[in-house]
Amino acid sequence: MAKIATREAYGKALVELGRQNKDIVVLDADLSKSTKTALFAKEFPERFFNMGIAEQNLMCTAAGLALSGKIPFASTFAVFATGRAFEQIRNGIAYPQVNVKIAATHSGLTVGEDGASHQAIEDIALMRVLPNMTVVVPADAEETRQAVQAVADYHGPVYLRLGRPAVETVYENNYKFQIGKADQLRKGQDAAIIACGIMVNEALVAAEELASEGINVMVVNMSTIKPIDREAVLAAAATGAIVTAEEHTIMGGLGSAVAEVLATEKPVPMAMVGIGDTFGESGKPAELMEKYGLTASNIKTKVKKLLEKKI
Amino acid sequence: MEGIDKLQSQDLKQIARRLRSHIVKMVGEAGSGHPGGSLSAVEILATLYFNVMKVDPENPDWPDRDRFILSKGHAAPALYAALAEKGYFPTEKLITLRKLGSPLQGHPDRKSVPGVEVSTGSLGHGLAVANGMALAARLDNRNYNVYVLLGDGEIQEGMVWEAAMAAAHYKLDNLIAIVDHNHLQIDGKISEVMSPEPVAEKFKAFGWSVQTIDGHDFDQIQTAIENAKKVQGKPSVIIAETVKGKGISFMENEADWHGKAPKSEELNKALAELDGQENGQS
Repeated sequence: MAKIATREAYGKALVELGRQNKDIVVLDADLSKSTKTALFAKEFPERFFNMGIAEQNLMCTAAGLALSGKIPFASTFAVFATGRAFEQIRNGIAYPQVNVKIAATHSGLTVGEDGASHQAIEDIALMRVLPNMTVVVPADAEETRQAVQAVADYHGPVYLRLGRPAVETVYENNYKFQIGKADQLRKGQDAAIIACGIMVNEALVAAEELASEGINVMVVNMSTIKPIDREAVLAAAATGAIVTAEEHTIMGGLGSAVAEVLATEKPVPMAMVGIGDTFGESGKPAELMEKYGLTASNIKTKVKKLLEKKI
Repeated sequence: MEGIDKLQSQDLKQIARRLRSHIVKMVGEAGSGHPGGSLSAVEILATLYFNVMKVDPENPDWPDRDRFILSKGHAAPALYAALAEKGYFPTEKLITLRKLGSPLQGHPDRKSVPGVEVSTGSLGHGLAVANGMALAARLDNRNYNVYVLLGDGEIQEGMVWEAAMAAAHYKLDNLIAIVDHNHLQIDGKISEVMSPEPVAEKFKAFGWSVQTIDGHDFDQIQTAIENAKKVQGKPSVIIAETVKGKGISFMENEADWHGKAPKSEELNKALAELDGQENGQS
């Protein structure tokens, strides 16, 4: 299967959406070639607004369009969307529950060579703490395509987290994405891996290798981080051990969201694969994934260690 | 809905007095709030709601309505008073300002008050939101205008200038900004805290049509808005020279009254002054 970046799938899905619905508008902050909103801009120039390098203005202008009945997708890199314009998102979009879709690309370490200043490793945490905000992290191109449609149909603020590099295909087109619904990709009873984004494929690779060693693990794609699918977390907890995997700091992201459910409803031994209390650095995406432990082999190690603690 | 019947200046003065009376009573009853910057904006709000804007309190979401955004959200008491007097909700509700369970939040909440277009309070947001609404009007071929009231302290926020640049870039001639230039902010005179001057020249340099007026003179406000509506190909700003705390002698030009509620004797004194003005003593 060809590898496709989720940002690429996003750009194409936006064009499709624009053809179906004239109320779709797209805003960018001078990164349209990178976020792939340029595809929409080319086909619908009158519905595309480049706000220049002004992310705060980007978010509040999107809010004004939404308050007038438009369905705006506001795009820039994740670090600027959620960091530079956090307060505009909080007070201008989340609190008043305005129908803006924040579609941020270049999330996580796989931004690569641009380095730590451009690698959003805390964006899920920042968006997840906001009331009224829905947070979606697609795993591949097909899930992105469907998620773009789903978040446009849903009325309310959404943070859609997309990535820069081409990623492995997880889904064929027989898959059906739903906001708030996790997808169990593999059955297993010894432990469960709950992953999101680029780490879903790593989880599948880890599960395959573990199976050859006689360890059968469940793999769950938690593509909606908020509202989290509590039932899916509890079903995973029935295996008695959970490892989470995310391309994000382990503080406040997917692992934390899962832990919040487990701690209050069904505590089981748990481990987290993610970025520790550190910023990233320049390097090739694959090198960074390796260095920071965002790999199938690290997931495998964590699963095996966890099995020793399993009650 | 056709154009609205224009009120006489005398009628607008009566409305302005009622708004001021509501403002000091609401803030006094709440025990906190922002009377100074509410009082400086009274004539602007009275003119907009009673002589300029096409709005329908019975149908607050009417798609062709003119939009007003109170970007200086701390002047919420003035907006609530104007909306109640216009008929969006009963004036009796005003006294619930800032109380638990009241729709009248300390800063405007669009979800709880009919007529409040945008939730504001965090300074600097309103102009960008107004730009979005003005762009939407253009996309939908609707001919409504978007009015946005900014504070002169508020324009210290960087994103106001991001939005000012964008409004000119997109030639938003359906957008009219008004700056309530009362020269004071919480910590004192804006010229001493962080001067935004020259305000008119800054907007001119950003590509705006600029007028400077007396923001308490109904005829000047009306004329400036009529002029602004005729401008084509660029956004308009009206720099309204105002007095913070206007209409209550002991609050006028006192930064201290930016965010302080009158105590009961002060409230009585304020109301007595407003009564006196009604009896022709001012």
